[in-house]
This record gives sequence, C-alpha cells and structure tokens, in this order.
Amino acid sequence: MIRVVLPAHLRTLAQVGGDVEIEVEGNVTQRSVLNALEARFPMLRGTIRDQVTQQRRPFLRFFACSEDVSHEPPDTPLPDAVASGLEPFFIIGAIAGG
Amino acid sequence: MSKVRLLVGTRKGAFILSSDGKREKWDINGPHFAGWEMYHLKGSPAEPNRLYASQSSGWFGQLIQRSSDGGRTWEPVGNKFVYDGVPGTHQWYDGTPHPWEFKRVWHLEPSLTDPDTVYAGVEDAALFRSTDGGQTWQELAGLRGHGTGPRWQPGAGGLCLHTILIDPTNHQRMFIAISAAGAFRTDDAGKTWRPINRGLKSQYIPDPNAEVGHCVHRISLHRSRPSVLFMQKHWDVMRSDDSGDSWQEVSGNLPTDFGFPIEVHAHEPETVYVVPIKSDSEHFPPDGKLRVYRSRTGGNEWEPLTKGLPQSNCYVNVLRDATAVDSLDKCGIYFGTTGGQVYASADAGDNWTAVARDLPAVLSVEVQTLP
Repeated sequence: MIRVVLPAHLRTLAQVGGDVEIEVEGNVTQRSVLNALEARFPMLRGTIRDQVTQQRRPFLRFFACSEDVSHEPPDTPLPDAVASGLEPFFIIGAIAGG
Repeated sequence: MSKVRLLVGTRKGAFILSSDGKREKWDINGPHFAGWEMYHLKGSPAEPNRLYASQSSGWFGQLIQRSSDGGRTWEPVGNKFVYDGVPGTHQWYDGTPHPWEFKRVWHLEPSLTDPDTVYAGVEDAALFRSTDGGQTWQELAGLRGHGTGPRWQPGAGGLCLHTILIDPTNHQRMFIAISAAGAFRTDDAGKTWRPINRGLKSQYIPDPNAEVGHCVHRISLHRSRPSVLFMQKHWDVMRSDDSGDSWQEVSGNLPTDFGFPIEVHAHEPETVYVVPIKSDSEHFPPDGKLRVYRSRTGGNEWEPLTKGLPQSNCYVNVLRDATAVDSLDKCGIYFGTTGGQVYASADAGDNWTAVARDLPAVLSVEVQTLP
C-alpha cells in the first residue's frame, strides 16, 4: 500500500480528508503511483501532470524521504520506504502567487 | 413570482446570489471552489439548473465543473482540451512564432436548446465543443485553421477567446471574439469561419484595413435582432447592422471609449450599456467616478448612470465578462468589479445597489431569470 500526501486543494477535489492509500502494481515509480492515483480519483487527471505529455505541472513538486525527486525520470523506482508504505509520497504545491 | 440567480466568478471562488423578482434582498451562497480562479459560470437556457463552471489554478490547471441542481452540488467533468492535429504557431508579443499552448477556459456558452451541448472559449485562442455535458471536448478547428491563425497575437491578458454568441434565430450562425485577433463568424455551426473586422480602426496596427489583429474586448447582441452587434473594442465602441460584415463607431459623447464589457437591454434592442475606463494604461474609471453609460439610441448619444454608484475615489475595473442583464420587466442589470463589489439595478440602470461588497476580484457575472 502506497501512501500519497496531496495538496489541500486536491484533497478537496478528490473528497478525501487526509493521506490517500493506493495499491500499485509492479515497480513503484512516479509514473505508476500517479497512474494508480488517477485511476482511483479520475477528477485529479490533469491537475498534477499534463494529460497528453504527462509532464509534471510546473508549480508542483514530488518529494520522497525528504528528497526532491521532481526531476527524476518518471520510471525511476521510488525509495523502498515509499514502496513499502513506511514513508509517504508527497505532492506539494510550490509557494508562489497570492 | 419570478426569481433571479446571479452566478459570480471571482479570483478566489464562485458565489451564487439569489433574489426574488423584486431584486431587493439577496442571499449570497459561497464560496464554491474556494481559492480557485473561477473565470466563468453559466447556466443552460434549456435547463436552467444545469450549470457549467470554469475552475482553474496556476498550480493545478483547468477543471470544468457541472451542476444539475442550480449550483447546490457540483461534479468535475472533462478537462482534456487538446488542439486538433498539429497545433502550429501564432505570433508572440514580439512577433516571433509561438506554439499554441492550452492555458485555461475563459468562457463557457451552453447551447440554447440542448443542456448537454456547451462551447468553451480558451486561451490560447480556440473554440471547443462538448456534446456530452462536458465529459469530452473537441476543438472546432476551422476557426484556428481558416488561415489567419498564425498572425494572431495575444493581448495583455493573453490570447483568449472570450466571447461566444449563438444566433437565437439561426443556430448555424455564431460569433466569437479573440483578444487581440478580432471578431469571427460561422454560418455553418462552426465548421468554417471568417474574420468580421471591416471598419475597425486600431492605431497600433499600421494597415487600416487589417483583416485581423484588433483587440476586441466584448460583443453583444439582442436576441430579437441578432444581425445587429455592439462591440467594446480596446478603444472605440462599435456597431454593426449587417452581422459583422461592416462596423461603424458609435462612441459619440462617451468620456472615454476604452472599456471592457458591453451589454444590450433585454427588451429594448437600441438600449446599450458600457462602463468607460480611463485608458489602457490606467484601468480604472475616469475621475474616480464609477459610471455606467447608457445609450437609448443604439450608440452615439450616451447618458451617465450614477445613482448608487461611488462618485469619488473609486478605482476599480469592470472586466469583459462581468456584466449581465435579466429578462424581467423592468430589466435588471448587474456588474461586478475588481474590488469585489457586485452592483445591481432593478430599473434598467437608473438606480444601483451593491448586493455584495467584499468578494474577491470579480471576473464574471451571469444572471438567470427563473420562474
């Protein structure tokens, strides 16, 4: 079971109160986590990554085990602690705007 | 007794204001989608409790929301806006080619007859249509593809398609407007389009007969006489009596003819409203006085409407989609400001009341007249 922490606005959109727990089949990577997340919460499609290019939206960052993994290739395995559910996968909105 | 429902989009959420036909007391419901930019909300004329809303954010992109109960509850529907084929390029501010990139939905225009059909005007400028209640969107690519698209250039607010008018007597005919490309018309339900900008003069365009490049801010028409169009251009208030084939200036005695919205009275096709703004570099009312101007002669002769509006130290703006008229008798007219006020007049503009004072900056106002 993978734990995902969403920004507040996306928690509201997905109608969840806290961390999200999702099953991921195969390798646990950014891509497989986001695929599973969007499959379970279709309303999140397009809000984290572009629906066509699959590029991360520029004002969002991905963190795992206190490391910014935003610029890692999407098929790079995430740390074991995330894959085992010990640590969450963070999707964080950049501090910008007003 | 009739009821009136205002759909107000702001920089930080949507609000729904309701009143009875007297339009004296108002209930404010919201914010819906708190913290999100709500560029536009509009109800289906065919099924008034069916609402569509454009929800966007610099962080999370574009969402479309749909309500089937007049805005009490909402559900996100499709938000995949993909340009048809290879998108190509338009001009950037410096005149260099720039690839078409979807940014947001500025305006949603439901079909006059089918609640599941809705049009979306987007930035970078294109027109999309959904026929399944907003679940999926297809571009009407004949607009961008008719030939002048590579010459379109963004206005200061972006290359946005902000106005969509459906001819109520001929649904094959639609008008749209783009900043800063101009106005366009289709006579075959969106398959093919042509520019309708003859007679527009824009001092920043060297060619006085330029087919495109005009910064049209808004177009409006009266449903009983859809061949007559009124336009607020960047500068100049214009009128066309031939469905946009030619335009004449009707700015007349306005204190300034810069502005954003333009609206036509619900029952008087020759009564038109604008909100003059000082200039394109000073986006506030002249002399700090918020005045709506009304012409009862289809333009040229304008009178200021001031009762109930601030007449000193007022420096708000009224954006292009932030005015609306209801269809009651007397005609109600409404507008929202970048200062968060929503003003209403239940007597065609003679007297005004602030029905909301402290909302976030208002981006759009629509009104529904309900049984």
